Order: sequence, then C-alpha cells, then structure tokens
Amino acid sequence: MDKKKRRLMMRTVILLLLGAALVYALYTNFTKDTANQIQMGSEAPNFVLTDMDGNEHKLSDYRGQGVMLNFWGTWCKPCEYEMPYMENQYHAYKDQGVQILAVNVGESNYAVNSFVSRHNLSFPVMIDKGQEVQVAYRVDPLPVTFLIDKEGKVIDRITGSLTEAKIQQHMEKIKP
Amino acid sequence: MDELKCECGHVNPTGTILCEACGKAVGNRQNENKLLDMRYEGSARRSQTYNKSIIDKIWNFFSSVKVGVSLIVIALVASSIGTIFPQETYIPSTIPASEYYEQEYGAFGKLYYLLGFHNLYSSWWYLVIIGMLGMSILIASIDRFFPLYRSLKNQKVVRHDSFMKRQRIFGITNVSNQEVNLEQITERLKKQRYRIREENGNILAEKGRFSRWGPYVNHIGLIIFLIGGLLRSVPGMYVDKVVWLREGEMKEIPGTNGEYYLKNNAFIFEVYDKGNKEDEAFVKAIEKTGTAIAKNYQSNVTLYKQEGEVLPGEKPQLQKVKDFEIKVNEPLKHDHYALYQVDYKLNEFSKMSFYLMDKKTEEKFGTLTIDLNDPKPSYQLKKGYSVELMSYFPDFEFKENGEPTTKTRIPNNPAFIFKMVTPDKPEGEVSFVAIRENIEPAGENVYKMAFAGVETRNATALTVRKDLTLGILFAGGIIFMIGVVQGAYWNHRRIWVKRKGEEIWIAGHTNKNWHGLKRDIALVVQTTPLFEPTDQLNEEKFSNKGEEISG
Repeated sequence: MDKKKRRLMMRTVILLLLGAALVYALYTNFTKDTANQIQMGSEAPNFVLTDMDGNEHKLSDYRGQGVMLNFWGTWCKPCEYEMPYMENQYHAYKDQGVQILAVNVGESNYAVNSFVSRHNLSFPVMIDKGQEVQVAYRVDPLPVTFLIDKEGKVIDRITGSLTEAKIQQHMEKIKP
Repeated sequence: MDELKCECGHVNPTGTILCEACGKAVGNRQNENKLLDMRYEGSARRSQTYNKSIIDKIWNFFSSVKVGVSLIVIALVASSIGTIFPQETYIPSTIPASEYYEQEYGAFGKLYYLLGFHNLYSSWWYLVIIGMLGMSILIASIDRFFPLYRSLKNQKVVRHDSFMKRQRIFGITNVSNQEVNLEQITERLKKQRYRIREENGNILAEKGRFSRWGPYVNHIGLIIFLIGGLLRSVPGMYVDKVVWLREGEMKEIPGTNGEYYLKNNAFIFEVYDKGNKEDEAFVKAIEKTGTAIAKNYQSNVTLYKQEGEVLPGEKPQLQKVKDFEIKVNEPLKHDHYALYQVDYKLNEFSKMSFYLMDKKTEEKFGTLTIDLNDPKPSYQLKKGYSVELMSYFPDFEFKENGEPTTKTRIPNNPAFIFKMVTPDKPEGEVSFVAIRENIEPAGENVYKMAFAGVETRNATALTVRKDLTLGILFAGGIIFMIGVVQGAYWNHRRIWVKRKGEEIWIAGHTNKNWHGLKRDIALVVQTTPLFEPTDQLNEEKFSNKGEEISG
C-alpha cells in the first residue's frame, strides 16, 4: 500500500540519519587523538626556513626527492644521540635523492651553532624561531622525524631516537 | 481493511483505540474497565500497530517508554561511576594513568583503570548509550505527537455515549420539567476562558490544549542540545588551547591556523599592600594571613592579524588589531576567539651582566650583558680585552660523569664557560661561572668574571577558547525550559455537555489537576438545575487500570 510504503520510507530515513549521527560521533571520538597529528599519506605542510649558512629551504622545492624532516633541541639527549647517525646516512644518500632537514625548535643561534660544530653536522640545520613549523607539524614531544616521499606526502612519523640501521631503512623507503 | 470506520462515519487509522471523532471504542484493544484509558486520546500510536519489518522492530524498540526510561537510568548510573575517581584529564601529567590509579586508590583504583572508567565520558559505550537515548527521545516523540495531534484535531463536539459514560468526571441530570439555559452555561464557560464549540445544543468546551505539546517541545530542546554537543568535535567549531608568552615575545595563537598573532608587552602581578592608601580597608586581612594576597593578574598584549598567504617559517605580514589588558574574568575577545588569563611565571632570568675583573686589584675592564635567550659567541670589551663564550647551559646541572649539561632550554639556572682574553693573557684564561659558583678548571687565573647584575622578565599563560556550539546549547536549553513550563503550568481541560432526550450528560477530562476541572464545572452548574457531575474514580476504587496518565 502507498501509505505503508511511505511510512516505511520515513522510518528508514530517520533511523539512517540518527544512525549516521551516532557513527559520526563515535568516529570523531576515536580519531580525536590522531586528529591532532599529521595524517599519514597527507601532503606535508609546506614551510620556508633559513639554515645556519643563510640558505633558504622551501619544502616544496624538494619535490622529486625524499625528505627526512627531523625536529630536535640541543638539550634533548635522544636528539643528540641520533645526530651522528643522521650525519653518516646523509652522506650515503644525498646523491641518491634523499635530503635531511633538521629543524631546531627555536633556540638561540649560539646554542644551535655550537651544537652543529660540536657534532660536525653538514646537513642543513635551521631554527624555527616563531615555532610556526612545529605548530604546522604538531611537534610534541622531541625528537620526531617525518618521512616525506618524492610526491611531498608524509609517509611516516617516528617519535623517539633512531638507530643508524633504522635511519637507513627509512632513507631506503623514501628514496625516489 | 486497513482502516477502521466508526459508527459515526469517521475513518480512523489502523490501531486506533477510541474513534478520533466521537470517542467510541473501535477495534478490540480497549479493556472493559469502567473508565477509559485516555492516554494519547486512544489514538493509533504507529509503533503499536505495525510490527513486521526489521525497520518497524527497531522503531518500536526506540519508541518504547520502558526502553527510554531504562536508557536514562543506565546513563545516570554510568555518568555517576565516572565521578568516583578523577578522569584521566584531571590527574597529574607527571604520572602515567596506569600507575596513578593504583597508587592513589589501591586495588579498586586499578580495577577502575582496567575497566577504562578513567576515560568514561569518551568511551564508545558511553557515547552509544547517549546516542541511543537521543534516538529514543526523537522516535518516541514522533510516534506519539502526530497521532495525538490528529486525534485532537478531528475530535467532534458530540461524543459517543460510551465515551461520555466512561470519563472520570461524569453526571446525568434529568431536565424533563425544567428549562436549562444553555446560553448561560456557555457564557460561564467563556468567562473561564474555555473555547466553545456548539452543535445542536451540545457543547464542547476546551482550554489549554497547548499544554499537550509541552513534552514534545521539551524533547526538541533536548535534541538540539545533543546536536550542539556533537558539533563540538567538528573542526572549527571548538578550540581549547594554552599559549605561554614571555614579556616581549610574539607567537602565533594556537588554534587559529596562523591567522592571529599575540605579543606579550608586560605581565603584571599585584598584591594588596598595607602601605597603600587604596588598600587601607584590607590591612587587617593582610596582617591576619601574613602572606601576600593577589590583587591582580594582568597581561598587556597586542593582537595582530596575519594578512595574506604566508608559509610557516616565513616572516608573517602582521596588521595590528588592538592593544588589550587581559585580566582574570576580563578576556580579550575577538572574532569568536577569547583569551583568558590562566597562569603566569614571575622573574625568569632574561639577561645577566658581568665585569671582567682583575682578581687582586679588583680593577674592572668593562662589563658585558648576555641575553640568556640569545647569547653571542664573543663580547668585545675595551681595546685588547674580550670575552669568548665557550659554552652556555641555560638550565645547568652536572651529568653523572661530572660534565656540565643543560636540563631544558629555559634559563632557570644559567651557567657559562668563558674564555677571557686580555693583553697579558692573549691565549685566554678559562672560567666556569654559574650562580654563586666560579670554577677555574685550568688552574689559578689572574682575571675573573664578576657578577654585575641580572634582569628578569615575567611570562603569562593564556587559554585560547572558541566555542561556536554555545549558542546552539543555549537555544536547546531555552526550548527545553519552554517545553517544561508549557507542560507543567497549563492543563488541558475539556468539558462535554450532551443533550440526550430529556437528560443532559456532562463529562469532563483533564490531563492533570482534576480538582481544578471540578471547580470549573461547579462554577458553571451552580444555580442551574444541573447536577454537579461526580468523580467516578472516588466512587469506586479501581484496581489501577482506570487511572490514566497524562500524554
């Protein structure tokens, strides 16, 4: 009957709408923690920073290359621990199209410069003075490393210190 | 037949118990009690009628008052469990939750943690309960409102005898040898603000039908409130962040996606002062407590807006919006954002000054001032004298192996390793300087760095808040209250007067406050030959079925 059909339709629509609202509430609740992080596979937020030698680095200029983006601080021991490994792997991979960009979380030039010379770092090191890049990448806590592939997509986010073997694995992953 | 045709000719929907028009029992569901069950006017609640498909079954489940009440009880119990111990958000961040609950509350605390009650209000099952409650409210309302509305709209003036007889207020007067002035009765009813419908000497007087919609208005308010709560998780609707700013510092305001920047010009902390004339009234209180009593926490800030497209890390193009003094309860409000004073830190070291001094003669060869947040590698003093900063530890401590190191980047306890270059010591002397400490690692020096002074600055913490759902929550709350008032302060009263041969029948019905209805009727029939109808419920004690609950 026509009336019956209409009734069934109405009920189905209302139930579907309510069900969708419930599912949405559950979904947002479960993604709440990860919503505060960069989504894997999403485009890496672009930024411009100047390194300690005065060269500007714009992330989008590295399209076509893999980028290992590392956030660190001089007082942070695990950050310091992984630096020499990154330095070694930087030399091994820089000619294979994998870059390392090390972003300090906003310390003084003095602190960063002495750290760089103490560890003999040759990859670009830059200071995020206004902490805008950290906000864009939701950096917390240190150290955190983002793997960005040649298309400019974030394919992994690693928190905590890296071993040399791990760094090499990751470099392999983003090698174009 | 899908529909029920009543004797009076009115066609009712399937499932109708009492004819919408005349009130005669149709169908065979009405029980044989003396009084009618007037709930929802005996209308065809759809859920009670069809029960075939899975959709109907789900619908009927949520439409049930029993289910609704059970959900409310479950939600109440669950919500109260969440208040036994503090939720995870409120425990100190220094201890992980897995240890905190056991440590603080023992075995029961551990169980509480293991069952996930430390995050109860965002657990999936709690959300499901609240969601189901919302569905129950909405579906039960739809299922009752429309049939009730239809019934009240279709009611006729003349009701069936059986309907009249089985009303709680009912009476018959034989008027064979007396004149009854119906005009007078109508007049009296009108005076009591009844709306009158008349048909062939029969009367239907009705008032306060509006009160019957109260519960549904109330439910609409609740639903809006729930929607408001749901919207909080939609991006852009709700922001709750904290920003720390030292004096002189400028930062992007978190949660604004780089749209706004804030500069802290000064943080001011004032206490009540005995010596101050203004505070004379408080002298006793100040003496009694013996400690400083805070009078004002204030951040003098400047708000800037980012103009144009700028990448993170690029120099922002800022346009000044306004200067403002943020105090407790006096937030800076702009563009749906509000910045509240929430915390502060006083006297953080910002600059330190030293003299280069000959230890013996105490002759000074100039001063140098080190910006603790941006030190320079070397400082030139007068000709031939300079100081190199070999190492700097903003938050100094000794490692286990005795080497100096820094705990954080904040200058809480600054320490320096200086190399002092002088004309008589051109290769330089090394000195380790920390607060109240002066170590000469390479043997006795001729010169030293003497402490000359320190500058401090304050830091302020502000809460960044944006809540676009507030208006919706308010609207929901107000509609909720309107519904409550509507249903609670008005009664739906009806009086039927039916002429039947030489008799006049009077029946009355109300959804609450029967005393009021009886008083209304008494006022109408006084001084007329009509008897005051009786309350049939008082005459005979019914088991319970006869009493009806308002719809």
